[in-house]
Amino acid sequence: MNILGKLDWNAIPVNELPAMLAGGVMVGGFIALVLLITFLKKWTWLWTEWITTVDHKKIGVMYIIVAIVMLLRGFGDALLMRTQQAISVGANQGFLPPHHYDQIFTAHGVIMIFFMAMPFVVGLMNIVVPLQIGARDVAFPFLNSLSFWLFVVGVVLVMLCLVVGEFGQTGWLAYPPLSEKQYSPGVGVDYYIWALQISGIGTLLSGINFFVTILKMRCPGMTLFKMPVFVWTALCANILIIIAFPVLTVTLGMLALDRYLDFHFFTNDFGGNPMMYINMIWIWGHPEVYILVLPAFGIFSEIFSTYSHKRLFGYTTMVWATFAITILAFVVWLHHFFTMGAGANVNAFFGIATMIISIPTGVKMFNWLFTMYRGKIVFSAPMHWSIGFLITFAIGGMTGVLLAVPGADFLLHNSLFLIAHFHNVIIGGVFFGYTAGMVYWFPKAFGFKLNEKIGIAAFWCWIVGFYIAFMPLYVLGFMGATRRLSHYDYSTGWHPYFVVALVGAVIIFIGINLQLLQVVWSIFTRKKNLDLTGDPWNGRTLEWDTASPPPFYNFAHVPHVNSLEPHWDNKQYLLKYPEKKNEHRPYEDIHMPRYTGVGFVIALFAFTFSFGMIWDIWWLAIASAVVMFGGVVYRSFDYDIDYYVTKEEVEKIETEISNRNLA
Amino acid sequence: MTTQVLDSHDHHDHDAEASAKVVFGFWVYILSDCILFSMIFATYAVLHNNTYGGPGAHELFTNMPYVLIETFILLTSSFTYGLAMLGAHKGNKNQLLIWLFVTFILGVSFICMELNEFHNLISEGNGPQRSAFLSSFFTLVGTHGLHVTCGLIWMILLILQVSKHGITSITTRKLTCLSLFWHFLDIVWIFVFTIVYLMGAM
Repeated sequence: MNILGKLDWNAIPVNELPAMLAGGVMVGGFIALVLLITFLKKWTWLWTEWITTVDHKKIGVMYIIVAIVMLLRGFGDALLMRTQQAISVGANQGFLPPHHYDQIFTAHGVIMIFFMAMPFVVGLMNIVVPLQIGARDVAFPFLNSLSFWLFVVGVVLVMLCLVVGEFGQTGWLAYPPLSEKQYSPGVGVDYYIWALQISGIGTLLSGINFFVTILKMRCPGMTLFKMPVFVWTALCANILIIIAFPVLTVTLGMLALDRYLDFHFFTNDFGGNPMMYINMIWIWGHPEVYILVLPAFGIFSEIFSTYSHKRLFGYTTMVWATFAITILAFVVWLHHFFTMGAGANVNAFFGIATMIISIPTGVKMFNWLFTMYRGKIVFSAPMHWSIGFLITFAIGGMTGVLLAVPGADFLLHNSLFLIAHFHNVIIGGVFFGYTAGMVYWFPKAFGFKLNEKIGIAAFWCWIVGFYIAFMPLYVLGFMGATRRLSHYDYSTGWHPYFVVALVGAVIIFIGINLQLLQVVWSIFTRKKNLDLTGDPWNGRTLEWDTASPPPFYNFAHVPHVNSLEPHWDNKQYLLKYPEKKNEHRPYEDIHMPRYTGVGFVIALFAFTFSFGMIWDIWWLAIASAVVMFGGVVYRSFDYDIDYYVTKEEVEKIETEISNRNLA
Repeated sequence: MTTQVLDSHDHHDHDAEASAKVVFGFWVYILSDCILFSMIFATYAVLHNNTYGGPGAHELFTNMPYVLIETFILLTSSFTYGLAMLGAHKGNKNQLLIWLFVTFILGVSFICMELNEFHNLISEGNGPQRSAFLSSFFTLVGTHGLHVTCGLIWMILLILQVSKHGITSITTRKLTCLSLFWHFLDIVWIFVFTIVYLMGAM
């Protein structure tokens, strides 16, 4: 038996030029990063300040940095597909062979959902939720660090498969029997399984962590119905995570058993049932899209209210609409495969349940519109994204209701109409929301604002590019173009539409570059855009009550809340009684968790474990599992996990902050 | 806005608060584990007739006394864990450790009996590769067994920690979590026993 399992030099796809180019850029970038850190002598700093951190704000920042890197990778895949479909017509076969093209569309979906959208939203929740509820950290800070590093294992696996081996060629949900050993004998599906399994466990731990944080760690006075809407949506998203992610774990586990140990859950023969996989993966998959979009709804609520300088219209209905969507999320999964043949009554049930979701969503839409109504609106960059969302999401929602009609779905199933629909809601809802949230909370995390002009230019590229890229896909869907095509004929009449779609993708590409420019430009000109008040947008909720960036313990004094918009009310109070402003309040000792590298080490060996499992290097997998277990035991025996910051130290830090902001 | 000044030197208060968070978090974990088991039960329900010409449940699960003994061993272990917890609450370290040890022995016996059953099935050619029914059977019972094994390892660690630190708020919190876990696995086994063995034999 080979000591390296299946791994040999053939694993490196030297004759697939695009893969080698992308891999080269990735490896080159990685080496450059390592050299840069070494040159700047930043390794110690990186280890003590970031890798071992349990501070929710730093973990949130790291999540979002990884999300942006993965956005570039996922978008690169999208550009390759658009280019292939624009040129691969008639005699021209395009530049991507099917084997590679199939990996690209699989990777695009997996990356955008699991490794772009998920970390982006978990990152925003990390930064914002504890601040909004007046807490000093999350409920389980060590678990938070472990979650992050487990998620990074998934990212590393998905990036690694570019240069070592291959990725799945099955589509982003790896439907069997195609994903079974018989039809996908390579390591692609194994990469898929372990990347999702490991990062999925991280997500489940995050879900439990934030659920407990929100329910147990709110500051005194903050009853459930005094929580900001973003916290409500985060709570509902975490409920969805806790219920949905175990289903993903089981489903992928069974697929792994089929592939590794020759079980027969989803095989064609021996009594296996592939449709069961498709049911199970969508029982996870449909709640997953609400896990992504509900926090985006929360972000929009904060933004509409702040920039209209008005209380959010219909707070209570917003909360109940969120709950309605949370529950309905679990009774619509079958609309992803009406064509299974479940029968008219079953399809009717799921079709109607799906349409009902548009009602609470409509409630939210009107709430946002009425929030703006007669408000003093500031057309900031986040507000641009939010209004762009209202229009785009309404269109995407309507095509969704159309697809919810089983009869129409039989026609449009698997077509580009579907692709246009879900990009319409995911880009217009999820991505616009996260971007808006990033611009909105950026000064809170870093202490300076992002450049508005470049941000607004990026928005216009995104929204124009989006419509040019995806409206043709609706048309193509009606013309019969199916998804995941790598080649078609001129006689179909599709070619002009695919060319237009490519133009749209290029405009979006410019938008993404403008976003990067926005961040880089703002870093270089940060002196002009410093946020010294901690409240750059005249905000309403607790996160604006502390400095930007907040000290590591968030609040020197535990806030005490007696209204829905404590920060806003406090400002009105101080306007009325300005003498209260400089009232000195005594500091107290603050209890904080210690930084630890155990989460990182466990994740490191989760990576070697997965790598061993993917390449059949059993000794590596077993040894890594033992070390991971050892890490857990080590942590279990460590009783020295927290400490107190003395009040003298708090006073020193607070004085430093106020001196910095006065200077 | 006013500020509440807490007496932050009261470490005991902090420990109680931390314990409440951890135990609540563990309940939530158990809920998610419930979902995990429910999916595997659902799979078993869908696949239990897909024997592909191989033996079905009523042919394989005929040795009812064996499974019944297995069941009673596990149920008894839940009872003994309860006695251990009573010891912990009384502050009686010896009672705690003795009953934890008894629970451990019962748990190991359960796992050994289960492994023996698996061994017999596989050696007769009725392994999980035989049919979708057997795949789902081995996965359902095996997942439960894996959980019990994790619980047993956890129990060893706690026996060591209690011996070292005694009954503190931290060790009590850990014992409470394992207690939840252990009783939860008992309840899951009741469902396994009913749905797989009793309904299979009928």
